[in-house]
Amino acid sequence: MTSILDGIFSGLSIGSILLLAALGLAIVFGLMGVINMAHGELMMLGAYTTYVVQNGFKSLGGVAFEFYIFVALIAAFIVAALVGLVLERGVIRYLYGRPLETLLATWGVSLILQQFVRSVNWVMAIGLVIFCVLFFGGMRLVAKRADFERIRGWAIAILLTLSTAISFLVGYLLAQSFKLAVTQPWFGAQNKDVTAPSWLRGGLPMGAYQLPYARIFIMLLTIACVVGVYLFLQKSPWGLRIRSVTQNRNMSACLGIPTQKVDALTFALGSGLAGVAGCAVSLLGSVGPNTGQNYIVSTFMVVVVGGVGKLEGAVIGALILGILEYVIGTGMLATLTTFQPLVDFFTFFATTSMAKVMVFFLIVVFLQFRPAGLFPQKGRTVDA
Amino acid sequence: MTAEATLERQGIDLAKRRSLLIEAGIVAAIALFFIFIVPLLLSGFRLSLMGRFLSLAIVALGIDLIWGYTGLLSLGHGVLFALGGYAIAMHLKLQIPPTASSQLPEFMTLYGVTELPWFWQPFYSFPFSALAVMLIPALLAALLGYLVFRNRIRGVYFSILTQAMTIIFFNFFNGQQKLINGTNGLTDFQTFFGVQVSAPSTQFVFYVVTVLLVVVAYAFCRWLTSGRFGRLLVAIRDDESRVRFSGYDPTGFKVLVFAVSGALAGIAGAMFTLQTGIISPKAMDIAFSIEMVIWVAVGGRASLVGAIIGALLVNFAKSLLSEQFPEVWLFLQGGLFLLVVMVLPSGLVGWLRTRGLELFRQITGKRKLSTYPALEEDPEVEHERKNLGD
Repeated sequence: MTSILDGIFSGLSIGSILLLAALGLAIVFGLMGVINMAHGELMMLGAYTTYVVQNGFKSLGGVAFEFYIFVALIAAFIVAALVGLVLERGVIRYLYGRPLETLLATWGVSLILQQFVRSVNWVMAIGLVIFCVLFFGGMRLVAKRADFERIRGWAIAILLTLSTAISFLVGYLLAQSFKLAVTQPWFGAQNKDVTAPSWLRGGLPMGAYQLPYARIFIMLLTIACVVGVYLFLQKSPWGLRIRSVTQNRNMSACLGIPTQKVDALTFALGSGLAGVAGCAVSLLGSVGPNTGQNYIVSTFMVVVVGGVGKLEGAVIGALILGILEYVIGTGMLATLTTFQPLVDFFTFFATTSMAKVMVFFLIVVFLQFRPAGLFPQKGRTVDA
Repeated sequence: MTAEATLERQGIDLAKRRSLLIEAGIVAAIALFFIFIVPLLLSGFRLSLMGRFLSLAIVALGIDLIWGYTGLLSLGHGVLFALGGYAIAMHLKLQIPPTASSQLPEFMTLYGVTELPWFWQPFYSFPFSALAVMLIPALLAALLGYLVFRNRIRGVYFSILTQAMTIIFFNFFNGQQKLINGTNGLTDFQTFFGVQVSAPSTQFVFYVVTVLLVVVAYAFCRWLTSGRFGRLLVAIRDDESRVRFSGYDPTGFKVLVFAVSGALAGIAGAMFTLQTGIISPKAMDIAFSIEMVIWVAVGGRASLVGAIIGALLVNFAKSLLSEQFPEVWLFLQGGLFLLVVMVLPSGLVGWLRTRGLELFRQITGKRKLSTYPALEEDPEVEHERKNLGD
């Protein structure tokens, strides 16, 4: 009995993390058909934000530290959403209709973000700010000229070199005068540990078994996020717009829905949810530059299994995958049967990584029957 | 058919044949240059790098075939590459001198394996191993391709499924210490056909063989893409639905081209393994597979030369930069992805063919007439433009 309870609980808890991570991805994929390879890195940013907030509250000390996690959740959402917004406005909006290219571009972004958290220091941050101010400020000034279109290429070339040179120079001077104080990386390549507040440590005793509070918290958080997103999509005016663009982009545009704004908003929302997921993940283990990489493939599989266009797909897909992964990974199936070859077969797959192998085969088999996932988009369109 | 038409047809055939001959001549000259001149120019270390990168160029050709021509973005070529590598590595690991105390690869005795697993047995034979290098990846690709394309799963779905495949194989190979030495991979090769694998002369032979294989792979891809088959691939890329409406079933073609590309990846993996002396599950890393795509993207999609150039260029840049500034390389690589997608969608070769050519003409002062029949040189049009224009 306890083992079954344990199985269901652990499966649900793995599934709820998957769901939290996949929720944003599913919304964005449903709306724009874009797979955001940097989704994992947005999670990672959320986790690092949690780490920073935690350090801030640690210096405050006392009772305040017990509640840092709520501040961290909001901060993680905002940071990830802002980065997502910049990503959408700066890169992805130029690539609509070319999903494969978007995939490659977002992979490039994910590489940059990974290295960024490894090597970011004061010099780099200040240099980046100076560069942005000079370049974009300069562009804005130049754009006021009447002959902007004609000199655009030259303006970009000159401003780019000038602002790069100036920001490098400032960075170099700073590094020379302040030495280690500014050149030391903020986070470095090592993993960082996030200490959960004391009320999230330990667990709820259930007979012989303990339900860890951190996992219960994550489940509740997931439920809150799903309900929140559901209400937002179903009840708010912008949710209505998002749903309409998901169903038929051209028709929505014809009816006066600002699709560009909808895209930007949805992408920011999806990224923000990734940030929240990152915050949740930081409670379970240490936080490193590669944190996001561990989750992306599983979350993509959730989207594949769930199908696009419906929230239910992501929810059910994530829970099924979570439970399957746990049940296979712990070798629970091997105890159900006494037929020896079958027992051998199941014990062969009874590790966390081998369970993924089995789950992948099951997904491929599943796709033979439901190629478009559990909840496919209805309609008779030919997508070119 | 009239005599005139036949004559014209013959003329076209002749011109085609002549341009093919010229191309073959150029390819042969480049291959000879790589075999005879390049070893004199490069130091031993750089030459061995060149050999490795040339074998990577083979897998780039395979990716170009399915991505550049057919529009299928595979993020799982690392697996196919590694399988080719493992096939040849297993053959090498079985080259145990009869005097040795144990007739098993040494890692097996370490993990307490007493009997050679059944799937190692056929790798005693070189012909089998050489075939396996091509066939195992090709069969895996064909199987996955069939299961996926049959259901008209395509686009991003295909990409993320192949990416999941890399994780799966990575986990699988990582976990099997007893069967294939897990994380450490297969390494420490002794002999191959009775000669030392690591000896410089053997390595030079591998280099020459790699150059020849690149030429063969290039010729093969060129042949595939130039005929009706190639046009069908492009048609699938540009509008699959229309291909289906005109009576073709794209599934078979997509499976075939994916399998061919898998075989090329396998060959590349084998040559790479022979020259690096190790194959480990690291080659099935997600990042490595996507990196392969960027080689093709940098060189130029749907351009076979571009794929080769891209693979060499990016890899040399990587080895030079990561020697000097290791932490900058990831930034640059990420930037490269963004740059290639946003600014240079058709890669270097594509840019040279279009904008570069224009630029060259602008600089040299030769104007290209963009309309037909030469509207800009028509005196009547010129006259009207002068007198009637604003």
